[in-house]
Amino acid sequence: MSAYDVSIVSIIGINVILAVSLNMISGFCGQISLGHGAFFGAGAYAAALTMVGSGSVPLAIVAALIAGSVLGIIVGFASLRVRTDFLAVTTIGVNFLFVGFVRKQTWLGGEMGVSGIPATGLGAAGNMAMILLFAAATIALSFYISRSWMGFAFRAVGEDEGAAATLGINAGAYKLAAFGIGTALAGLAGGLYAFFTQFITPDAFDFIFSVMLMAMVVIGGIGSTWGVVVAAVGLTLLPEAIRFVNDYRLLVFGGLLVLVIRLAPGGLATLMQNLLLRTRRS
Amino acid sequence: MSAALALDDVAIRFGGVQAVDGVTFTVDQGDFVGLIGPNGAGKTTLIRIIAGLLRPDRGRVRLSDIDVTGDATAARVRRGLALTHQIVRPFREMTVLDNVVLGAGYRCTSNPFRAMMHVERSRENERAAHILGQVGLSGTEGKLAGSLPLGQMKRLEVARALAVDPRVILLDEPLAGLNHTEASKQVETIGEVHAQGITVVLVEHNLEEVMRICRRLIVLNNGRVIGDGEPREVMADPVVHDAYVGGGMVTHAEG
Repeated sequence: MSAYDVSIVSIIGINVILAVSLNMISGFCGQISLGHGAFFGAGAYAAALTMVGSGSVPLAIVAALIAGSVLGIIVGFASLRVRTDFLAVTTIGVNFLFVGFVRKQTWLGGEMGVSGIPATGLGAAGNMAMILLFAAATIALSFYISRSWMGFAFRAVGEDEGAAATLGINAGAYKLAAFGIGTALAGLAGGLYAFFTQFITPDAFDFIFSVMLMAMVVIGGIGSTWGVVVAAVGLTLLPEAIRFVNDYRLLVFGGLLVLVIRLAPGGLATLMQNLLLRTRRS
Repeated sequence: MSAALALDDVAIRFGGVQAVDGVTFTVDQGDFVGLIGPNGAGKTTLIRIIAGLLRPDRGRVRLSDIDVTGDATAARVRRGLALTHQIVRPFREMTVLDNVVLGAGYRCTSNPFRAMMHVERSRENERAAHILGQVGLSGTEGKLAGSLPLGQMKRLEVARALAVDPRVILLDEPLAGLNHTEASKQVETIGEVHAQGITVVLVEHNLEEVMRICRRLIVLNNGRVIGDGEPREVMADPVVHDAYVGGGMVTHAEG
């Protein structure tokens, strides 16, 4: 594998973790979050500072998980008060706040970010393997949660909190759990990203990136783990393969998003399902 | 007999309106109570207070002698209260069976971590199928709940309420919007629920059916209890009669 291939596969792995974890919050539990970049960033900064301070990879990973989920649970508390569109707007605000805050902090490197993050010692290919391992674990966890009673209760909370309560389901606790798990994984992705680039700036975690992640979830099929994985891989490769897409990234992603919502609200997952049903019938 | 549900001087005010004004009553375990009253009497508000959707300004709500005034709906459900909504609210995107399975699995869903540790649901599937049979919904298990006609959705509400193994079941207008045949089938189902030993509190506009099936009537007007007792006696009470028919009408009838 060339150095280019290794870096592309690493980025795909990180984006898969981010998209699948966002899908747990927005797809499984129905809490639309447009600030996933902030949790990704919190994890990246926590891991970067831990690496600079101690050089320990396991410690940096734990720090990234904790930073992501602590910020996530705080935002999760907001989800107990505000719902649907208002929650989406609140999470956008959190994302802007995060980037604005980080930019002004000298101890976080301000605009320049954190550079000179010590290498993990695994090499580029080793890092890639670690990222893929975590991506596989995230996908497995997503499938497990979807099958468990937790995923079942998430779907109920996402569809109708009041009706869920009449079945004895404490909607607030489940929303906090969804935010806690999803954002911990976003933090993990941030830590892996810091290992991979060894250099982070606030711009990498902005609102535009959060929208791209939501585009992956919606285009893949909100709630479907496979669909979201396929969309995350595809939408990461697309700008690399086609020069035009790279130049007009936002335009293309925005256009795709509109097309999917208008023509196939279930995303790739539902399209595939319908196709399978049709071929089986004929 | 122990009290399944007790309200003690419950009151709530919305702006200038005293919607519920010091309501006190006790429902014994195994009783079948109809809660009636003219429009605006405070029935819906009282139901919402019992269900935990509204917190009263004063007074206590007790379930099986445990004070639940400060508890949210989900916590009350875990204390043995089940409720159906006047306007049906099934999980439309789930199958009929899954709607009930989710209720039957209330032990697994008591908190997110417990829920995460449990995957197996064959026992809950069996129980849900059994309950669907009880309410006459056998054969619809695999359908999406959103595709059922209203009459069946109303029964699905009852099935979901039964799934949480309630001691008290609160039915908010279970007959509203049903035609005559559907309504009498629904009444039959409610009667069977009561026969299992579950305490039933029924809020209903259909007076004829209420008189036929309830053992006790509680009549609300202007946020107060104006009648409480055996249905025929309560309805014969001139105060109750006035509240329903209006004072003027009575005079006309007499004149």
